Amino acid sequence: MSKILVNINGVDYSAESGKMVLKVANENGIYIPTLCHFEGIKPQGSCRVCTCKIDGRNMTACTTPASHRMVVVTDTAELEKIRATIIELLFAEGNHFCPACERSGNCELQALAYRYKMMVPQFPYLFPAKDLDAKNPKIMIDHNRCILCKRCIRRKLEPDNPSWFVFKNRGNKTQINLDHELTADFDDELAQKAMDTCPVGAIIRKEKGFDVPIGERKYDKNPIGSDIENKGVTS
Amino acid sequence: MSKPIIATTSLAGCFGCHMSLLDIDERILDLIELVEFNKSPIDDIKTFTKQCDIGIIEGGCCNSENVHVLKDFRKNCKTLVVIGECAIMGGLPAMRNNNAPISECLEEAYLNCVSVQANEEKIIPNDEELPMILDRVYPCHEIVKIDYFLPGCAPRADLIWNALVALVTGNEMDLPYEVIKFD
Repeated sequence: MSKILVNINGVDYSAESGKMVLKVANENGIYIPTLCHFEGIKPQGSCRVCTCKIDGRNMTACTTPASHRMVVVTDTAELEKIRATIIELLFAEGNHFCPACERSGNCELQALAYRYKMMVPQFPYLFPAKDLDAKNPKIMIDHNRCILCKRCIRRKLEPDNPSWFVFKNRGNKTQINLDHELTADFDDELAQKAMDTCPVGAIIRKEKGFDVPIGERKYDKNPIGSDIENKGVTS
Repeated sequence: MSKPIIATTSLAGCFGCHMSLLDIDERILDLIELVEFNKSPIDDIKTFTKQCDIGIIEGGCCNSENVHVLKDFRKNCKTLVVIGECAIMGGLPAMRNNNAPISECLEEAYLNCVSVQANEEKIIPNDEELPMILDRVYPCHEIVKIDYFLPGCAPRADLIWNALVALVTGNEMDLPYEVIKFD
């Protein structure tokens, strides 16, 4: 691939042509928040949290390929406001009871709320009627916490198999659905993989949880993205 | 200048946030120097005896008494600060907002639950002395105007302390990453 120059936040970086802006930024120690993006699967650009000013327009960094002399701005006050508002909307439209969630402390949605210092969403809580699906012997799906990022559907847990998760219904009735026949013999490893794919606590392993004490969990001390910001330039 | 006056209360909460307030350790001695407490479980003053500067609310509103107390606080306090997830979004009591109508919740609690053993007459408490349970649990800011929100379950002692110091001194609040937590 040919080398190009991309200007991110006023600094020119060398990058491979066609690589997504998000990846170029991350490789150069610049963090752009993401939710629906998952390393290794095709980006979708649905959560809009990675919105950046790219050549003067608001575009999602995870789905925009870098091109020569592209100008990217990742952290203006306006962009931060957009991102914080998206996080607030997600908290208001689901039932996110953090104190009772197994994923608390390791949750990407919660970590972004911490990063943006969300004290309370500016929107009224909807308290939508949602339920649990605990039929599978290994994993449980809690629709209350799902943010419909589609990561579990897009990621193939095993290379040969199709996804075991699908979307059901449409609009505000949309929810993820698990194929119970195909996943009846789920082992612990696959269950863990499914849980790790989920950014929130919507996919949870059964008989597991709360095993890391408060204060030692992933986002207790270090904000999400601090690993990228601290590692600096990698390529 | 007279000391700022603080009132506190616990609505539909577990008193964990008040415990966290006490968790400021020896700084509580500084706090007593800085402020005066009025209506609060800490000094057991039951009704407002004067106008207060800061009202601290723990817990959301799940019954008519909670709403009454909250409105009373709004009337008697210049600044209202809600602390904890329950006050901010209903918290664990608000888990009943999700699906079930209130009748179903009461039947589950008093009639059908596996741990119900001694309710042979099948009584669901409904005395007129008891506060009326609301249709769902309401966050405080859906009932009255709230000025500041401090999240956490319970909010870290440092968060409450920093907020109180900022309010009393009028300086900007110190908000390190470690103190904003939702659990």
